[in-house]
Amino acid sequence: MKNGRAKINASGIYYRELNRMIREAIAAGEQEIELIGVNGQRYIADGIKQKVMIIIDGVPGNDLSAFMDGPTVIVNANAQDGVGNTMNDGKVIIHGDAGDVIGYGMRGGKVFIKGNVGYRVGIHMKSYKDQVPVIIVGGKAVDFFGEYMAGGILILLGLTCPNNQSIVGNYLGTGMHGGQIFVRGKVEKHQLGAEVGIQEIGPQDHKLIEPLLREYCEDFNLDYNESMSRPFIKLVPVSHRPYGRLYAY
Amino acid sequence: MVRSYIPAEFIVEVDHEKCRRCKRCLLNCSFGALEFKDRVTPLHEQCVACHRCLTFCPEGAISVEANPLGFKYSHNWSPQLRKNIWKQAETGGVLLTGMGNELPYPIIWDCLVLDACQVTNPSIDPLREPMELKTFLGSKPDFLEFDTGADGTLRLKTKMPPQIAIETPIIFAPMSYGALSFNAHKAMAIAAAEFGTVLETGEGGLHRDLYPYKDHIIVQCASGRFGVHAEYLNAGVGVEIKIGQGAKPGIGGHLPGEKIGEEISKTRMIPRGTDALSPAPHHDIYSIEDLRQLIYAIKEAIDYKPVSVKIAAVHNVAAIASGIVRAGADILYLDGFRGGTGASPTIIRDHVGIPIELALAAVDDRLRQEGIRNQASIIAAGSIRSSADVAKAIALGADAVAIGTGALIAMGCRVCQKCYTGNCAWGIATQRPELTRRLDPEVAAQRLVNLLHAWSSELKEILGSLGVNAIESLRGSRERLRGIGLDALTLDIMGIKPAGR
Repeated sequence: MKNGRAKINASGIYYRELNRMIREAIAAGEQEIELIGVNGQRYIADGIKQKVMIIIDGVPGNDLSAFMDGPTVIVNANAQDGVGNTMNDGKVIIHGDAGDVIGYGMRGGKVFIKGNVGYRVGIHMKSYKDQVPVIIVGGKAVDFFGEYMAGGILILLGLTCPNNQSIVGNYLGTGMHGGQIFVRGKVEKHQLGAEVGIQEIGPQDHKLIEPLLREYCEDFNLDYNESMSRPFIKLVPVSHRPYGRLYAY
Repeated sequence: MVRSYIPAEFIVEVDHEKCRRCKRCLLNCSFGALEFKDRVTPLHEQCVACHRCLTFCPEGAISVEANPLGFKYSHNWSPQLRKNIWKQAETGGVLLTGMGNELPYPIIWDCLVLDACQVTNPSIDPLREPMELKTFLGSKPDFLEFDTGADGTLRLKTKMPPQIAIETPIIFAPMSYGALSFNAHKAMAIAAAEFGTVLETGEGGLHRDLYPYKDHIIVQCASGRFGVHAEYLNAGVGVEIKIGQGAKPGIGGHLPGEKIGEEISKTRMIPRGTDALSPAPHHDIYSIEDLRQLIYAIKEAIDYKPVSVKIAAVHNVAAIASGIVRAGADILYLDGFRGGTGASPTIIRDHVGIPIELALAAVDDRLRQEGIRNQASIIAAGSIRSSADVAKAIALGADAVAIGTGALIAMGCRVCQKCYTGNCAWGIATQRPELTRRLDPEVAAQRLVNLLHAWSSELKEILGSLGVNAIESLRGSRERLRGIGLDALTLDIMGIKPAGR
């Protein structure tokens, strides 16, 4: 008799088998699936559309939640590269760090990361009508944050960093032509890609990020006031057509 | 405005004796090359030789000629090079173009000839005997195992990997909805369904109205990930990861904001009017291992249907192809340097990449040497111009070919190379509603079906003359090819003998 909750021991199971077991559990009507002993298995929640909850104990492998379209995934450890690759909807909550290329081409849903992230996070994120993808990073990011960004919202908090330390690498927003990046702290001009400009944030921006940060803080049991304790800057594209005048017609 | 130094490429002549001043030509010209000042007056500089006006002139009163303007002869400084420099001096821009490589590199297809049966082995008449063109695209097992049933009959025990079955070894090449009009996409979908082949979507997603053609569609996932979601990935019989394209190897794509109208916006899932920028690489693929990761991310999302990987033919294509097959691709799509495009920098289109004939031979050889040729089907593309090119490609080792420009020509394209302007007078490479409605999808589909029918019939004639009754028997059979005028090293790379041997 199904009670809507399933527990799968992933220890020593190859990803293909593990993901088949997850899909079978969903097909059997489970609403909440707890995976224990996860150790690097790739593609967990890949392409899944049902609005189920998947709780991961251990470190999931690359491309977690790739092409995902609905579920909520909670990782009680670090995650690796490619989280939320081309994700359409759903939510990923990572109680640790995450690797490179998080949210590549992501079009909807949320990825919340408590710790730091690697290179090219939020690359080519895009929004469409009411689908607005959101990535919030609690720690620091390195180079190419928001590269090629075409839409959506990226928020970088640097909660674990001292006030005077830079929380992001270079080439921030390179090739950006849509969307918004919010950074809690200072960014030097040399850190920016050529296609972005810095703006002060206004009341409209506050209205946009406040509910997102409240949700983020609730998920990680953090103090919302602390997340708002330093001023944010906003990065926007100089043009939504950065290469419009490159060509001879 | 400073007057351009660039002379007109074409001269439009209107015979005012014949002209009835009905102005149909003005309505048809989408490049602004005709005015009406008491009578039809050409603006020669604007003419691109799309032939729309003269095709629809009821009196046959219009002709278009190449501008005979003399240039002081120089073998080195061709008029085209001079015009390019004038244009760049005037604009400071990167030269853009459409369609495939136009420079006079040797065309190897035209240096290859096919064999035929005479006396010692009989040829076959395809009009009277069955001739098999059916082709299966996908990974084939290393070996077959059989069970013996209770009655002593053999039964296949090996589980066959999924295959894409096509009735003729010709598919429609990936050309995006965005580069092409909806009607052009729809025409190819109708024709693919009617003839029993497939259409590749290109990287612009798939319009919802074409989802019913799912059994005849391979969807593409490119670096921009436009319109890519789990439902889209499952909207066809397979998925293709586009790494590169013959007309612009190694560079990304820019669909200009002007082309992103409501329907394109809906399909690509990006706001109207923004540029659709495809990054040059997939930023989750920097190695063969990364490619494997994406192949299997997609396979997990599509229940292990075939995944194709498309690359442009470049210098070390054989080693790259081996990596792609080992990464788990079920189909390898090779695009030669003459492959077409809706928009590419001219310099890249004309000077980067290698011919498909050499790439195909080198890849087929390498995969055979490594014992992995069965693991992936090969689709050859990059200017397949006739059924003879199809037969030669298959003899060199291709499982099937893809036609892009050829399909567009069937629909009415004049190869004027102005796709990037979005002004296509034939309603093919444009999003302007008054132009796209010129292309009736049903009519265009019939023209495509006719082309597939004609080429397939010719292929059967070729097979018959070779004395074989299935396209399988020609596949990789380079002994049935000979080279004319090719140097020894080229013959060696292609694994064929010179004519006379």
